[in-house]
Amino acid sequence: MAAVMAPLIETRGLTLHYGGLKAVDGVDFTLEAGEIHALIGPNGAGKTSFVSLLSGRRLPQSGRILLAGEDITRLPAQLRVRKGIAYTFQITSIFPRLSVFDNVALAVQAQGTRDLENRTRAALARVGLDGLEEQEAGTLSYGHQRLLELAMGLALKPRLLILDEPTQGLAASEIEGFKALVRSLVPETTVLLIEHNMEVVMDLASRITVLTFGRVLASGTPAAIRANPAVQEAYLGA
Amino acid sequence: MRRNGLRVWALHLALLAVLASAQFWLSPYLATNLARIMVLAVFAMGYNLAFGYTGLLSLGHALLLAAGMYAAGLPALLWGWSAGPAFIAGLAGGGLVAAVLGLLALRTAGVSFMIVTLMFAQAGFLTLLYFAPVTRGNDGFAVAAASRSFLGFDLSTDTPRFLAAFAIFATGLLVSLALMRSPFGRTMIAMRENEERSRMLGYNPFTVKLAALTLSGLYAGAAGAAYALLFGYVGASFATIQYSILPMLYVLMGGAGTTLGPFLGALLMFALVEAATGLTTAHQFIIGAALVALVLFAPKGILGTVRERWAKWLP
Ligand SMILES: Nc1ncnc2c1ncn2[C@@H]1O[C@H](COP(=O)(O)OP(=O)(O)OP(=O)(O)O)[C@@H](O)[C@H]1O
Ligand SMILES: [Mg+2]
Repeated sequence: MAAVMAPLIETRGLTLHYGGLKAVDGVDFTLEAGEIHALIGPNGAGKTSFVSLLSGRRLPQSGRILLAGEDITRLPAQLRVRKGIAYTFQITSIFPRLSVFDNVALAVQAQGTRDLENRTRAALARVGLDGLEEQEAGTLSYGHQRLLELAMGLALKPRLLILDEPTQGLAASEIEGFKALVRSLVPETTVLLIEHNMEVVMDLASRITVLTFGRVLASGTPAAIRANPAVQEAYLGA
Repeated sequence: MRRNGLRVWALHLALLAVLASAQFWLSPYLATNLARIMVLAVFAMGYNLAFGYTGLLSLGHALLLAAGMYAAGLPALLWGWSAGPAFIAGLAGGGLVAAVLGLLALRTAGVSFMIVTLMFAQAGFLTLLYFAPVTRGNDGFAVAAASRSFLGFDLSTDTPRFLAAFAIFATGLLVSLALMRSPFGRTMIAMRENEERSRMLGYNPFTVKLAALTLSGLYAGAAGAAYALLFGYVGASFATIQYSILPMLYVLMGGAGTTLGPFLGALLMFALVEAATGLTTAHQFIIGAALVALVLFAPKGILGTVRERWAKWLP
């Protein structure tokens, strides 16, 4: 198949069980290059589990994942990162005892060590953490740790950036900055955004997929999703 | 990590200058002890790369020390190799055995890694005993005078021995400092701090840890070879668990994950044992008490505590 025509990500019948619990249950999903695609659904719907399969943190029991037409279902996580899939953790996962600078430098140097210092500072400036380079990352406020997590994701220069509830813990003023930042990423970077804040979702997303009980309930434009009775019942109305 | 360069290099070079001059103001007895400490510190610096920086808690480093010692000592014994080639062989032996150990043991982590490395080291020790006709087993063997010469210098005499120990120590220290100020040093620390996150930044934990363990083995091999060539004895006792614990104690005392901690720990432990041996026959008790005190009052070791409280810039 021609890679130009293939969507950036395509999953077929993707399934992940934890013991008896089907966290992801036969998901068919398509992500077009260049879009901001929101993944929403109630707590425990399987959103984090689903993107863990995309990023390679977990391997599925069945189903397939294609990245621009190439099967990456069994590819180890670190190789997917090198192919351009970056994941920012829902539960902040930084290097708490290292400096803010070192945290981001680790992401930058994974892409090559030339001009490391400047590229690191640039990534920090992009999320507004410049000036905090020397601070120990674990002592940052929660919101700043979220931004650091985002800076590490950006520094990987991904084709696909998966953001798992990035605005959780951000102040209202920081959310505005965050939205502008995400908008500035597309179309070079495709964004898959897991988000509970519906205002952010409706503002940013060009497409929305709704997940419940590990299944896709609906997928479409924000207007179509808002008008979908099943979605209203299962999620928005709740 | 790259900042404070001037201060950091100055500190390390100042320590090396003091050590280099020590042969002029120490008695020959103490200078020889210092040479021994520097060789043991090389072993501990290697241990520190694996344990202190990369977070690999190995209980099998005696295997790597012995690999260097025998890889240098046996060719000297069997084929009369001189000190230069024998040292290179020891260095390579330590690195090679560490790489093989890593390929097998790094499939595990944490407590399993401790146990697996311990078992491999024990297997190495038993192998040395099994092949006693070649290795001379527990009795060991003396390295012949002819093999203890380097570029015409007799390494069994005070000044050449001290200078050789110093040269190896200085190289080890500066290499580990340069490493810790390099991107790869940062990657090693990332494994210790958060392996899962490192993986999601594109690093393969297995290869990073394998590289770190191999580096560690090069240090252990160098120390083992140096011990054989400078002090003239090779024996299976160096492959016992005691020599796996020793570098860990040095590193914990001086400060795990600090460049100067291994030397400081080796120096202090050595001095402590000397002092305790003079005072009482129960010197093991004094060492034990010192370690308990350390764990209670300075769990990060001396330089770890200094760095935390006063000198954040210490590498
Ligand atoms: N490691 C695990 N072991 C067992 N069950 C798990 C595990 N991780 C998640 N689950 C379960 O799988 C289901 C899906 O969880 P998941 O974290 O993917 O949901 P989510 O949509 O991301 O929820 P949230 O909005 O709260 O982040 C939940 O029922 C959860 O309890
Ligand atoms: Mg989640």
